[in-house]
Amino acid sequence: MKHTRMSTYAWIAALSGTTLLLPGCGEQVLVFNPVGPVGMIEKQMIILSIIMISIVVIPVIVLLAMIITRYRDKPNNTSPYRPEWSENRTLEIIWWAVPIAIVGVLGTFTVQRTFALVRPPGNTDNPLTIQVTSMDWKWLFQYPDQKIATVNYCEIPSNRPIQFVLTSNAPMNSFWVPQLGGQEYTMPGMAMKLWLEANRPGVYYGSGANFSGEGFAHMHFNVVARPQGEFDQWVQNVKASAPPLTDRQYATLAQRTIVQPMTFSTNQPGLFEKIVYQDGGMYMRRDLMKGKIHTHSGTD
Amino acid sequence: MLQNVENFASHFFVLGDPMIYGADVSIVLASAAIVFVLTYYKKWGYLWREWLTTVDHKKIGIMYMIATLLMLFRGGVDAMLMRTQLIMPGMPFLKAQHYNEIFTTHGTIMILFMAMPGVFALMNIAVPLQIGARDVAFPYLNAISFWMFFFAAMLLNLSFVIGGSPDAGWTSYAPLAGLTFDKGPGENFYLLALEITGIGSMATGINFFVTIMKLRAPGMTLMRMPLFTWSIVATTVIIIFAFPPLTVDLGLLLFDRLASSHFFTIFDGGNPMMYVNMFWMWGHPEVYIVVLPAFGVFSEVVATFSKKRTFGYASMVASLLAIAVISFFTWVHHFFTMGAGPGVNSFFAVATMIIAIPTGVKVFNWLFTMYQGRIRMNLPMLWAVAFIPNFAIGGATGVMLSVAPADYQFHNSYFLIAHFHQVLIGGTLFGILAGMYYWWPKMFGVILDEKIGRWAFWFFNIGFYVCFLPQYWLGWMGMTRRMYTYLPGMGWTMWNFISTMGAYMMGTGFILIVIQIIYSILYGERDLTGDPWDGRTLEWSLPSPAPHYNFARIPTITGRDAWWTMKEEQRKGITHSEEEAPLKPIHMPNDSGRPFVLSVLFFIAGFALVFTWYPLAFVAFIGILASLVMRSFEYDTDHTISVEELRHSEAAYGRV
Repeated sequence: MKHTRMSTYAWIAALSGTTLLLPGCGEQVLVFNPVGPVGMIEKQMIILSIIMISIVVIPVIVLLAMIITRYRDKPNNTSPYRPEWSENRTLEIIWWAVPIAIVGVLGTFTVQRTFALVRPPGNTDNPLTIQVTSMDWKWLFQYPDQKIATVNYCEIPSNRPIQFVLTSNAPMNSFWVPQLGGQEYTMPGMAMKLWLEANRPGVYYGSGANFSGEGFAHMHFNVVARPQGEFDQWVQNVKASAPPLTDRQYATLAQRTIVQPMTFSTNQPGLFEKIVYQDGGMYMRRDLMKGKIHTHSGTD
Repeated sequence: MLQNVENFASHFFVLGDPMIYGADVSIVLASAAIVFVLTYYKKWGYLWREWLTTVDHKKIGIMYMIATLLMLFRGGVDAMLMRTQLIMPGMPFLKAQHYNEIFTTHGTIMILFMAMPGVFALMNIAVPLQIGARDVAFPYLNAISFWMFFFAAMLLNLSFVIGGSPDAGWTSYAPLAGLTFDKGPGENFYLLALEITGIGSMATGINFFVTIMKLRAPGMTLMRMPLFTWSIVATTVIIIFAFPPLTVDLGLLLFDRLASSHFFTIFDGGNPMMYVNMFWMWGHPEVYIVVLPAFGVFSEVVATFSKKRTFGYASMVASLLAIAVISFFTWVHHFFTMGAGPGVNSFFAVATMIIAIPTGVKVFNWLFTMYQGRIRMNLPMLWAVAFIPNFAIGGATGVMLSVAPADYQFHNSYFLIAHFHQVLIGGTLFGILAGMYYWWPKMFGVILDEKIGRWAFWFFNIGFYVCFLPQYWLGWMGMTRRMYTYLPGMGWTMWNFISTMGAYMMGTGFILIVIQIIYSILYGERDLTGDPWDGRTLEWSLPSPAPHYNFARIPTITGRDAWWTMKEEQRKGITHSEEEAPLKPIHMPNDSGRPFVLSVLFFIAGFALVFTWYPLAFVAFIGILASLVMRSFEYDTDHTISVEELRHSEAAYGRV
């Protein structure tokens, strides 16, 4: 019927509309507006995958539209009708081979980039380590070298690779700052690492991406990237003016609450390791003891 | 004393939410109405004799289908509530806890209590008829499977008004679902309901695999089987290998919750990540369990309504089996962000992409089945055609998700939500609906009304795109799943609003389907031929609805598309001697009330364990054991239909 044909045309229009929109994405489409090398690589992979899948998707939709308009069961339809035709080796080889080729190309790039992303991006002379703990329902950021800590926001120097070391003292969550790059789980008893970098100063939206209970929707935070000088200045200010992070303060934070951003003039040396260790962490113990997991400084 | 009663009641019943009070009232009213109608029309005996005790695969299929539609309604209402809450930032409609319960039950119900029974409904209705069998291999077990599923579904639905719904997501990840972070009985309901329905699913898997392997009519070689039957072979193989990890996984979590063990806790060396691994070892194959039968339906429907042989039959079979095998090597793509390392992530990324190859092949084969055919756009075909662009896009976004570095950005975002709804609705649900429209005349002898059906189709289909296409965009904008509220100023508001409108359109489509069914039962066209679509496979050689013994004479199969071949031969005037052969007595299983009773006992045991009432659970388990022992001492399990009886009933169909 006419309806089906119309729906197919609407389809093609919608699809090409989406493709046209992509280059002109608004600022708010965070994944397509990366500000660092990690987000950039991931964006390239997304665009590559869109191109590769279009090689199959577009012909399928076009063919479908053509076939269902041409071969309708109407008395005056003169197009050929071959009810017994059901084999054609050449055609079948084509549509086994084309997807295999596409997967070959996409798979190769995927493997290469997957390995690339576990290494720090760009210049790695002086990375900054930030220890991240997802709690019920807040984010604790500790700066082992600066000896300060923040809750529900995080300041980083721009143009410097940041090694986030992630754990959780509550149900697992996922640390995601779309404009800097993709996420990684925060899991109790594990210390996971994620390299990110901001090329531009700015304020970037981050959130917990894995459901962790009632307060989960409020677990968003800002990552504020500033030039190194301003970042150092900020650290000095924090040290001079903010209250310390005491044992008692940490115990309060560990409760199931939603809190406003906070700043602390000290971190608790060893607190991060303690969280990893005490929340199970049985299978990290050996690595921790051998010093294989550098949770506070340096690179791999 | 009174204080104790009040205390108990406040934990036992869900109090304080006007919406749940409304549900309480409607449940009581609906139950009272059902009891009244059954009593007034004196239908209790009929209900028990014809339905509750039946072992006839066709009736079991019909009961599965009814349950599917009911659960689609329940899960759909959940979806409406969620979309209403997200229509704009800061909506005060649902509280966080309530929202969490709703998305948990939405997911659980749609996957395990809607998609699964939908698939089982079609299997039960069509497979024995397609292969020329009189029943499934284990009819009594088939009844147990259905009632286990049914009472498991009731158990989960009960949590809504008694004790409180589960709230840790349909995946129920530990440690969030463990005792430390989730005290309430909701998670117990989830675990026990899934364990009980799992028994039924496993049994169905074995039952249908054996049925297809052993009960085919003479001459029906494997490579002459209809593609729907082939898709069920692939599905049952996946069921048999995928359900054990789930059973163990949920069982261990149940130990954690009931016996304070530490398999998945975050203290004392528990390993919550193992829960996630084992869950998806079942969870990924599960998506193929529900989508492969849909592929089978589309293969049947496309060939029938194009009046043409299926293109590339061998490729279709090969791709079904390839998907069944590869589906077990992709589960890690559900958590690329768990830091398994680049080697592991690369392996599972590439394995996931590889699954797209056989799937793509199937799409091209469907297209070329239509090519140079004569396409009729009846309702089953309409859903099959709508499925193709839908699944092409859904499959394509699946490939995008399999690219591990890109997945770091997509994971847990609305991009993922849009993808899996696109494949699960566009694949499985469209398949179940296409199959329902296709086999409805065979089930009931009634053809569903085309006109209302078209309205339903367009509302549902357009609503579907309006609902889910914006969600891809929302994912790119950074919106994560399972948020009950969001900040203004993120640019998400407009897209969420559009998406909610789409959900309402889909809801309208569903209501139209219900209206269509009621209207058609009352006034719809009756199928008197048994072959309303000019079908190609054996089920269309029988009257609608088929007699309970299916085939008076088991046909001999001489080629693929058996019924089409027979019709061609009839047209050419070729007759076969066996069609005139004398009727023989037919051996059939007896009906039994025990599967029903057994499942009620499982329900009681499950309910008792939810509230840790161990004495009651113990009594129920004794009852279960007794039922099983009684069955093993039962010798009078079958009967024979005599030739006179057979001649009499065949004459009524005008077929002697």
